[in-house]
Amino acid sequence: MKMYKGEALKMILTYALASIIVAWILVPLGLIFISAFAVPKEYYNIHKLIPLAFTTENVYTLLFVLKAWKSTLNSLIVAGLTIAISFALGLPTGYSLARFMFKGKDTFKLLIIGLRMFPVIVLAIPFTVIYLKIGLADTLIGVALAHTAMSLPFVVLITSSLFSGIPVDYEEAGMVFGLSRFEAFFRITLPLALPGLAAAAIFVFIMSWNEVFIASVLVLVNRTLPADILVSALNAPDPLKFAAGFIMVLPAMIFVFFARKYLIQVWGITIR
Amino acid sequence: MVSVRLENLVKRFGKVTAVDHISLAIKNGEFVVLLGPSGCGKTTTLRLISGLELPDEGRIYFDDSDVTYLPPKERNISMVFQSYAVWPHMTVYDNIAFPMRIKKVPEDEIKRKVKWAAELLRIGELLDRYPHQLSGGQKQRVAVARAIVVEPAVLLMDEPLSNLDALLRMLMRSEIKKLQRRLKVTTIYVTHDQVEAMVMADRVAVMNKGRIMQIGTTEEIYNKPANLFVAGFIGSPRMNFFEASVSDTILDTGYFKMKLPEEMKQVLEGYETVIVGIRPEDIHPVERGIPPGVKPIELEGRVDFIEPLGSDTIIHLKIGEILLLVKVPGSYIVEMGRKLKVALDFNKLHIFDKKTEKAIL
Ligand SMILES: Nc1ncnc2c1ncn2[C@@H]1O[C@H](COP(=O)(O)OP(=O)(O)OP(=O)(O)O)[C@@H](O)[C@H]1O
Ligand SMILES: [Mg+2]
Repeated sequence: MKMYKGEALKMILTYALASIIVAWILVPLGLIFISAFAVPKEYYNIHKLIPLAFTTENVYTLLFVLKAWKSTLNSLIVAGLTIAISFALGLPTGYSLARFMFKGKDTFKLLIIGLRMFPVIVLAIPFTVIYLKIGLADTLIGVALAHTAMSLPFVVLITSSLFSGIPVDYEEAGMVFGLSRFEAFFRITLPLALPGLAAAAIFVFIMSWNEVFIASVLVLVNRTLPADILVSALNAPDPLKFAAGFIMVLPAMIFVFFARKYLIQVWGITIR
Repeated sequence: MVSVRLENLVKRFGKVTAVDHISLAIKNGEFVVLLGPSGCGKTTTLRLISGLELPDEGRIYFDDSDVTYLPPKERNISMVFQSYAVWPHMTVYDNIAFPMRIKKVPEDEIKRKVKWAAELLRIGELLDRYPHQLSGGQKQRVAVARAIVVEPAVLLMDEPLSNLDALLRMLMRSEIKKLQRRLKVTTIYVTHDQVEAMVMADRVAVMNKGRIMQIGTTEEIYNKPANLFVAGFIGSPRMNFFEASVSDTILDTGYFKMKLPEEMKQVLEGYETVIVGIRPEDIHPVERGIPPGVKPIELEGRVDFIEPLGSDTIIHLKIGEILLLVKVPGSYIVEMGRKLKVALDFNKLHIFDKKTEKAIL
């Protein structure tokens, strides 16, 4: 294959830029992984640039000696609850926005996007005050509700664009052939939207899993993983910090790996 | 199997009135075709009958029960969508089987019927495929198969053959018509192909701008168009129209005069300007000999252009500024530019009021 000079240069530049971006993401990740499993002595040996002896001890200490497994479990519960609540509320909303015309629809959409503009910090204090009053302070469901407040606009917008992408005819065909509107939704539209919905759920999961500010303010005892790490890791030796980083990154990595196709699909639709 | 009655149906979308006071009575087992130009409200009418859309005014009856606001699933209908709406997450087999599964038909009967329908529509080899692996015409046939296997009380079809090639379309046309005769299912069939309409229909309803312009048998619509729109819409090439002023029994176009029989005097009484219509096949060159039964009105014009179509030839005849298309057999040879005497068949003449566009004769 022959290439013109300009084209070749363009290719080289593109690859160079891509390499820089990939390195930007992969180098810190690699460092975290290596350091998380490094034998502490190796790690602190200033004569070695990269540790060469590895152990699972750091992760073990963090999870079972420092009891991070508890906060990991808490994080999973909170993320699960967040997904459940934000989809229970957001899915029907997104569906109505996609399928029905009603007065004030555009204003409503704008309002939802407007919600995304609130910095979390602004929300955290009122949340704490209200939670103390109604007894939700220091509970996992409380954190989950706060995370729902953050993720709900996202879920509404994503599901609404997902459903708009599925022609209403499919549902109508179902209704003509004997399904109610509900059944048509569950048996025809939902299966078609499932990949996109799964991707959206993963996004919500990662959002909740990573969220540290609200989680630290609202909860003192039953901390989620990031909030717990924030406190305990501050005083821990470096390899433990990296082990914590590793545990934090792992689920996101796994999810993205399995869902990367759908993620592109979801964003493709939202950008449109 | 039910009769369907539409009473004064109106459906508006914002400022557009898609369906404008439509009334229509369809007998049990009848095959009615809605025929009209794009955007005239055919699909909307079907959607009102199916219950996917609710009318702003008017009522819909199946036999004697009012179904106007009944949800689609309680109407016992099936429908071929203009967009096919073949479910993308199911194979062809499952698509055809799904409506029967909803109705809890036993699985072995489903199998038998899917096979039968697939053979009828010549999609037997496609049963394991997914819709995205099908062509438009194949998807369309899946949609038809899905609609006919459920044995509905009313079968609604929205341009079900629009995407097939000429040969397959002709084949499917007769298959659908035979099937409909056998099942005696009340059928409302939408098309904008007039040949399809005329061949298949017991009665044709010609629509324009949300209204039914005329309803009748193929023969009635063709030979006795009730108004200018129907006269112009049906028939190819189109009917010739020209304006004429009336005095007594003389129609004067400004370029030529036509003397009508005396008995027309009463019919034309009170009209000043009318529009005269005559189909190209009802004009005969005098030199070929005038066929028996024709009541001739003779005119002379100049051959302006000739369109040979093989079996037929269309002659463009100019009389002053008026252009008449004349359809003659392909064997008849005539040279461009020469004068030609023709005879209009008075028996086939149509006269419309210029103001109301309604047929006078
Ligand atoms: N959901 C809708 N919202 C707004 N206007 C609509 C809607 N559906 C139909 N219309 C309008 O109503 C009129 C009739 O549309 P309809 O689809 O019934 O036409 P049609 O006869 O089926 O045409 P075609 O032969 O092109 O399918 C059109 O002017 C169309 O633009
Ligand atoms: Mg249509």
